[in-house]
Parts: sequence; C-alpha cells; structure tokens
Amino acid sequence: MLSKNQIFVVAAAALMILAGLVMPYWFSFLVTVALAKGLVVLGLVILMRAGLVSFGQGLYYCAGAYAVGAFSDYFQTDNVLLLVLVAIVCGLVISSIVGLLLSRYRDIFFAMFSMAFSMILYGVLVKSAALGSSDGFNVTKPSLFGWAAEFNGTNLLSYWVAIILACVAGAIIWRYMRSPMGMTGEAIRENEIRVEYLGVSVQKIIYIKYIIAAVLASVGGSITAMTVGHIDPEMAYWTTSGEFVFIALMAGTGHVAAPLIGAVIFELMRTFAFQLSPYTWQMILGIALLSIIIFLPNGLWSLTDKFKKGAN
Amino acid sequence: MNLALAVLVDGVVYSSWLFLIAAGLTLIYGVMKILNMAHGSFYAIGAYSGASLIGVYFAGGNPPWASYLLLVGAALVAGLIVGLLIERGFLRFMYGRDEVVMILVTYGILLILEDAIKLLWGVDPYFAYQPYTLLGRTKIGGLSFANYDFMLICVTALVALVLWWSLNRTRSGKILQSVIHDREMAGALGVNVTKIFTITFVIGAFLGAFAGALTAPGISVVPGIGIEVIILAFAVVVIGGLGSVGGAFVGALIVGLSRALSVHLYPDGELFVIYGVMGLVLAFRPQGLFAIAGARKI
Repeated sequence: MLSKNQIFVVAAAALMILAGLVMPYWFSFLVTVALAKGLVVLGLVILMRAGLVSFGQGLYYCAGAYAVGAFSDYFQTDNVLLLVLVAIVCGLVISSIVGLLLSRYRDIFFAMFSMAFSMILYGVLVKSAALGSSDGFNVTKPSLFGWAAEFNGTNLLSYWVAIILACVAGAIIWRYMRSPMGMTGEAIRENEIRVEYLGVSVQKIIYIKYIIAAVLASVGGSITAMTVGHIDPEMAYWTTSGEFVFIALMAGTGHVAAPLIGAVIFELMRTFAFQLSPYTWQMILGIALLSIIIFLPNGLWSLTDKFKKGAN
Repeated sequence: MNLALAVLVDGVVYSSWLFLIAAGLTLIYGVMKILNMAHGSFYAIGAYSGASLIGVYFAGGNPPWASYLLLVGAALVAGLIVGLLIERGFLRFMYGRDEVVMILVTYGILLILEDAIKLLWGVDPYFAYQPYTLLGRTKIGGLSFANYDFMLICVTALVALVLWWSLNRTRSGKILQSVIHDREMAGALGVNVTKIFTITFVIGAFLGAFAGALTAPGISVVPGIGIEVIILAFAVVVIGGLGSVGGAFVGALIVGLSRALSVHLYPDGELFVIYGVMGLVLAFRPQGLFAIAGARKI
C-alpha cells in the first residue's frame, strides 16, 4: 500500500513528465541539468550527514560522463539504459578502489584528499589527446531502443530519464537514511570513537557511503553528458566540486528532496544572475552563499521546519 | 648535463614562486585554522595592482629601477586594504565555526572578489613586462635564463629567512607560535588572540598579494589566475603539513622539482605529477610531512 507521501511523489513525477511536453525547451534543459547535479549533491549529502565534506565529487561526475562518451563512441550505441549502467559501473569500480584509501580520512584531510583525486583525473584528461584534451568531445543524443522521444523538435528523453532517476534514487536514499546503517552516519558525525566502542566499523560504513555517493555522482555525470551533448575535463576541476558543496550547503541535509530541489533553485538563480549581470553573477552567488551560511546554517530546507513549528 | 641544469633551475624558480604563494596560506591556517580559498584572489589582486601601476609608471617615463619598489608597495597596500577589510569587516564574525564551513566561507569570498577584480580592472589582460626584460638574461652552459627568475629565487629566500627569523627569534613570533600551538591556552595567559588573528591575516594577505605582484611581470594578467593558483598552493601546504611554514618550504621544493622533472621528461604528466605527489604524501602521512599529528577527541 502506498503512503500519502509516496502517492505525492509519484503524482509529482508524472506531472513533471507530462509538463515536459508543454514547457519551453530551455526550462526542461535547465531542470535536467539541475537534477543531474542534484543527484551528485544527494550523494554529497549522505557524506555530509556523516560529517564528511568531499571537495572531489567532480571526479565521479566527470568519470561517469566520460564513461558514457567513450562507451557510446566505441560501441556505437545510444541506448540510454546501457549508458547509465556503464556510468554506474564506472563509478562503482573507481570508488571501491579510491574509497579504500579515503575512508581512513576525516575532516579537512578528507576534503583535500578527495580534491587531489579529482584534480589527478583533470590533469590526466587535459593531456590525453585521444579524449580531446582540454576541449573534450561530443556525445550522441540518447535513445531508448531507437526511440528518441522527439516532440515539437525537442528531445525529451534525457529530461524524462533525469526525472525518473531522481525519483528512484531519492526513494532508495530515503529508505537508506532510515536504515540502521544510514542513521549511523549522524552518530559518526557526533562522535566516531563512541560508535566504534559500540562495535561498529566506522571505516566500513564510510566506505559504503562513499561508494553510494560516487555512484550517484557518476549517474549525474552521465545525465549531463547525454543532455548537454558535450563533455570536457572542466567537470573534474575543483570549481565544479565546489559548486556541488555550495548546492549541498544551500539546500541543507535535512531531507532527500532538499538537494534535488536545491539544485533546481541553484540553476535558476545562476541563470538569472547571469542574465541580469554577466560580469557579477559570481558575486551574486558568493553573497548568496555567505548569507545562507550566516542566516540559515542548516540550509534552505530548515525553512520547512520553521514553517511546521509555526503551524503547530 | 644541460637537462639536469634546466630541470634544477626551472624547478627552483617554480618552487620559489610556489613558496611565496603558499607561505601566506599556511601561516593563516596555522594561526587561525582557516584554509583560505580567497588567498587565490589576494594573489590576483596583487598581480592586478602591480601590473596596472607598472603600466602607468612606465607610461610616465620614470626611472625604471624604482619599478621594483613599486611592485612591493603595490602588494603592501593591496594586502593591507584587502586583508583588513575582510578580516575586520567580515571574517571575525565567523570565528568558531567548523573548519570545513570556513572553507566554504572563504570560497564565497573568493567568488565575490573574483568579480570585484573584474569590476575594478576590467576583463582585458594587463602586461607589465618591463621589470622582467629590464634585468636581461644570463647564459649558463648554453641555456638562457631570465635574470628576473633568479631575483625571484633571492626574494623568496629572503622572505623565507625573514619569516623563519621573526617566528623563531623574536618575541612577537614566539607569541604567534604559542597561538598556533594552543589558542585557548595562549589566550588564558594574556595573549590578545583577536589582535594576533588580524595581524596574521593581514600578513598572509600581503604575502599572497606580494606573490601576485612579483609574478605579474612574467605573465599576462587575466581574470581567473587566482583560481588556478589556489589549488596549487593547496597541494603545496597539504604536502608540507597544514600550518607549517617550514613544511610549505619543503612542499614547494618537492612540487616544483617534480613538476620541472615532468615538464622536461614527460610534458603530458605536468598536472598529474603535482596531484600525484600530493596523493602519495597524503596516503602515507595524512597530516603532511611536517605537521604534528593531533590526538583524536573522545
């Protein structure tokens, strides 16, 4: 039996999917890219709930995108299911190796070390001529067994895929956060040593959380690659990872919906800031970031708590 | 033989440049426990104020030798203004927050400063090549090197010496070290920690701007130079151990020499080498080479 919340989510997703038929192309494009980033941030939120901030999620974002690009190019396929699967496998493989090392680190060292790994990928990609060096290369538009979901001249497939993936990932992570292992994250953030005294391997839990975050990030990267149709090493640069941390902080870690909605707000904010003043959009973002840190330390999602308290 | 010489000179020049940037960053972290992303902007501001002043100075037909003093002066003024403005005007209200949150705070400042720079100086590149070409070039063993780069090495050595001397041989330096070691205890013994914070931040900002001003003659000053530099400085201080000035010195040498080696032997590995070294050091010594490992809180 579906609960009230589940019905709401399914209805909202169905509405969004149908709305794609009538909404302008720029908006569906913006939402797709935003949800792709939202998935990355969702992974980041899992880590942040355990007290870890990764400044290197760009590593998996970029790796997922390049996996999709290289795979579709080499095997001449544009099957969206296959491409997302390739990105997942890629994220899984890299993170299960890198995670062995990173799960031993905390605080600022975790942040710096994860950043180092993403910069290593950036350094490799910028210099590999076969993958287009710093220019990157183009990725084919996806199709579902040959069906490209063309309506009024716009390709809606990646938009729909993004919405479905965001809902599925959100539901899985929502369950995960309520599971004993998901909840251990907060305990680790509060006091790691006490958690270990209770007989739990902190390192193992962080390892798993890291892998989940990485897979989400590579799925996000795959969606971006298929939507934008172009990938470049900039996706692994530290400013990209910084943007994810920005969104996570802005949105808050209180709920799985927060990063997804936060990403859409961020993209809208950035688009309009860029429209309004092409020279000072970064300044606007910076001021927004600082105001949120000062006035809403728990992110935009904490507004809903205030609203609920007010209602009672 | 020539190759070894080229690697050595290039490596040391690059190392001294790295140390100039990283010194301020590591000093601020050591004292204030803030990993200051805005340090890249300090560098950029120093470069812009140096380059634009040099341009005006030479257009006026003034004696060329004084342009070096102008670079130092520009960095001093820029560092003082920006450092004071940010620390007194904003950062002091944020003390006591989590280290990772402070990274984001300085990231926000970086974003704001990047655009402030564009507003102040525009988006066109600045060139201030005169101080660079003025010193001429030297031929060693068939290879030609810019004398300006040798001057950079001497200046860095001087900065390192002054930093070491004032930290270890002066009263105020020892007070600063006590704050680095234990902020609360130093405060309890009567050290004005707030004042130390302000002074440190201004010195750090000056060092960043100074590095920028000294680099400006050798490059074209364009928007975004701070973003590229800050990540390199991070690698250096993380390798040396966050907060250790001596560590930054060694870190800069390691990164500088390994980059020079890679540039001459395997140019494609240039960026990879820097972060590869950083990863390698972190894998074996998470705290960096020269930082003291802290106890875990229970």
